[in-house]
Amino acid sequence: MVNYEQWDGFEGRLWKEEINVREFIQKNYTPYDGDESFLAPATEATDKLWGALQKLNKAEREKGGVLDMDTDIVSTITSHGPGYIDESLKGLEKVVGLQTDKPLKRAFMPFGGIQMAEKSLTEYGYTPNPELHKIFTQYHKTHNQAVFDVYTPEMRACRKNKIITGLPDTYGRGRIVGDYRRIALYGIDHLIAEKEADKSVCGSGSMKGEVIRQREELQMQINALKDMKEMAKMYGFDISMPAKDAKEAVQWTYFGYLAAIKTQNGAAMSIGRVCTFLDIYIERDLKKGILTETEAQELIDHMVLKFRMVKFARPESYNQLFSGDPVWATIDLGGMGVDGRSMITKTDYRVLHTLENMGPSPEPNITVLYSSKLPEAFKKYAAYISITTSSIQYENDDVMKPIWGDDYAICCCVSATQTGKEMQFFGARANLAKCLLYAINGGVDEKNKVQVGPKLQPITSEYLDYDEVMEKYDAMLDWLADVYVNTLNLIQYMHDKYYYESAQMALIDTNVRRTFATGIAGFSHVIDSLSAIKYANVKVIRDENGLAVDYETTGDFPRYGNDDDRADEIGVWLLRTFMGKLNKHHTYRRSEATTSILTITSNVVYGKATGALPDGRKAGEPLSPGASPSYGAEQNGLLASLNSVAKIPYEWALDGISNTQTINPDALGHDIEEQKDNLVQAMDGYFDQGAHHLNVNVFGIEKLKDAMEHPEKEEYANFTIRVSGYAVKFINLTREQQLDVIQRTCHAHM
Amino acid sequence: MGIKGYVHSFESFALVDGPGVRYCVFLQGCKMRCKYCHNPETWECGCGEEWSATDLFNKIYRYKTYWKNNGGITVSGGEALLQMEFVTELFSIAKEKGVNTCLDTSGYSFSMDSEYLEKFDKLMEVTDLFLLDIKEMDEEKHKKLTGCSNEGILAMAKYLSDNGKAMWIRHVLVPELTDDETGLKDLADFISTLKTVERVEILPYHTLGTFKWEKLGIKYPLEGYRVPTEDEVEKAEKILGIEKKK
Repeated sequence: MVNYEQWDGFEGRLWKEEINVREFIQKNYTPYDGDESFLAPATEATDKLWGALQKLNKAEREKGGVLDMDTDIVSTITSHGPGYIDESLKGLEKVVGLQTDKPLKRAFMPFGGIQMAEKSLTEYGYTPNPELHKIFTQYHKTHNQAVFDVYTPEMRACRKNKIITGLPDTYGRGRIVGDYRRIALYGIDHLIAEKEADKSVCGSGSMKGEVIRQREELQMQINALKDMKEMAKMYGFDISMPAKDAKEAVQWTYFGYLAAIKTQNGAAMSIGRVCTFLDIYIERDLKKGILTETEAQELIDHMVLKFRMVKFARPESYNQLFSGDPVWATIDLGGMGVDGRSMITKTDYRVLHTLENMGPSPEPNITVLYSSKLPEAFKKYAAYISITTSSIQYENDDVMKPIWGDDYAICCCVSATQTGKEMQFFGARANLAKCLLYAINGGVDEKNKVQVGPKLQPITSEYLDYDEVMEKYDAMLDWLADVYVNTLNLIQYMHDKYYYESAQMALIDTNVRRTFATGIAGFSHVIDSLSAIKYANVKVIRDENGLAVDYETTGDFPRYGNDDDRADEIGVWLLRTFMGKLNKHHTYRRSEATTSILTITSNVVYGKATGALPDGRKAGEPLSPGASPSYGAEQNGLLASLNSVAKIPYEWALDGISNTQTINPDALGHDIEEQKDNLVQAMDGYFDQGAHHLNVNVFGIEKLKDAMEHPEKEEYANFTIRVSGYAVKFINLTREQQLDVIQRTCHAHM
Repeated sequence: MGIKGYVHSFESFALVDGPGVRYCVFLQGCKMRCKYCHNPETWECGCGEEWSATDLFNKIYRYKTYWKNNGGITVSGGEALLQMEFVTELFSIAKEKGVNTCLDTSGYSFSMDSEYLEKFDKLMEVTDLFLLDIKEMDEEKHKKLTGCSNEGILAMAKYLSDNGKAMWIRHVLVPELTDDETGLKDLADFISTLKTVERVEILPYHTLGTFKWEKLGIKYPLEGYRVPTEDEVEKAEKILGIEKKK
């Protein structure tokens, strides 16, 4: 058993015998069930640095969304020398490290796809370097090129017609959370030694494909670890050994994350569950008397400042999908331990408190792992932060813990993954609403009027018959599940081959569990449409070629979002059916298929590509995001809507079920104390029923309208709202998406 | 058993109509014609969705996980007292299950008539809290504003007080209409004679319901009236002795 002097005062044995951060946390953390009164305000240094960053943010907005871009250096872990928020303030930064040599300067990341990387430059007026162009087109294949080399014509058609959308075939797939805490706890040298040991027993002389690949990947991981040491050295730190105090623990952990965001531009680049871990170091220093609460808060503030600065170069088409420049730097708070103790520590409070010390912010994507059993004081403080900033989201620890244990992290918007034990193949989503239209039209796309799906018999009757539609929909879902899974198999294979996440994977166990994350779009619309067909009369409007292009629905029908089992059970059926079909297929690298019902802001783009539906949604209108009920469908208020969503079993959609709700502050209670209590009660009730996720916004619709018309007002510079799965500065959304957000029901009791 | 209730609509997440998180049922039908009414579509009597008390309770009871120790059912309207027997039946079932019950009423229709009181006593027994709107203390102004006398309303407040029944008193504040100092002071004086008032609330007038008048083809009588400013609300609250947490 090794024993480093940096570990003095820490309890436990197993985590010293093997890499096991969870065990270290469980043996050493101090639960906190008090209130927020201990928290310290921002220091002068924090105010100055945050002030400098706000200036940079403003300049970035004024320049059209990008402050600076690198054109000549391919981003790697060691590609850039040190960078600081402000050269003149660099002595104040308690946590250092930027993606490039300048703040908010976006790195050039061509490995996912050179076209996308170059397009990102040219769209903002930068000129790509011709030499790099040559290298990445003539001498080195990118992930994007490789995927398109192997796509079948059918896959291309599905992609083009957007029945499968948002595929990670032109940039990083993301969602892989390295266990960045390992660097702090063990130091890089120890981690290298462990990986070397793994490699030495990998294969035992039997060199088959899987083994050869494993050996190659292990070496890439070892190289990445060595590069992290190099990178840290540039900032004047030696991270070979474990961190000796809180400041080093935060810095070492951050360096691991920095290595990931310098090498990968995945849609979601999450930080993970670091609070309870870091709190152990802070507590030790506080006890030793070498750290004060003010210094502890400053450390956390400065770490969070860094997470607020993560940027990637993206083209306009990407912004349409994921509006507002999100990176899903998701950081998790709370949760309950398997032994029944709350995992809330003072550092969970400190992270929430950054939203007070430095104002609201969309990043990091602060996620509370919620349980009604969390300490009341913490729940109330979180509710208070929700009411005042609308910047945090909640996920149900009670449903996730039985499946993922008590050291999982959220790896994107809502999806859980066991830290250091698992990785995920992100696979975007299939548009099930469009699939319903394909079923009606015999595989012909209702927008582009071309045959995309199999040429099955279309429905020719004037009125839709429920049984006939269901039979045809079932067949079309079979086809979609098949082509979708296989498309993802190709993408994940090529990503591993050409854009392997060596930095993150170096911080995950060699024997990794893989999940295959699929997704569903158009959920509420399929439910309401099928319900309309079943309970009302749906007349088909056809164009001159007999293609169904619109629907006239007469009569009442139950809609999802009203706690009406007749509608809600269709949703449960849909999820179970599609998941069952996915499960029939082979998935790459023996991964386990999961699915999600979340759409991010892509609901607008997906909607654009989807024709009119029998539920009354017109062609081109946004789909309802995630598992949220359709706009205007809810007639019984928020809780009825929550009850509908809560009926969807999390176990069937382990990749997550997202729900976004907006509450008018005046309707939430007479005063702030009542508002806090009421919000906590609503969340306790919702999550106790087994629901998975909730985005909580607290503001009135008037504020949204005003912010849309007057984005220049100072008060809106950091006005943050939760959208499906992430938070965003409202003024950074496209106007279309702003209108979409405004149109959604604001739950305001009149 | 078996009396039908006429329901206008539901709100599963009502947070200001009684303590805690509440499920609010809006009943159909009201005899008053308040000029600032934001639910004029609930005026007409004898229409709306028909519900039996048992079915309605079962629908509502699905929300019990949200109520914790203080939430429950609120019945509002329309005017809930117009369907007193139905509400009594609903609340009786609720009380059997230990659910907190709250009645939001204008008090209109209340009378000290013994036959009426017999029924009312039954309702009072199963109602934990009354939310009583007092629109104007002055009889003439009340008639002008609502088309009805306030005699029964004030009598009800007194009756609730005499019978030890908890109530919240609410007053809708419309600038230049229901915000004169004399009126508010009279209201404060009246409240001070009641022994069971747990809370006094100012409901700032809003115009979110005006489109409904238009939809019904009725001319909106408060055209041109504005919503009160925060200062005006605070001033009225001061007269009524209300303190709020910030």
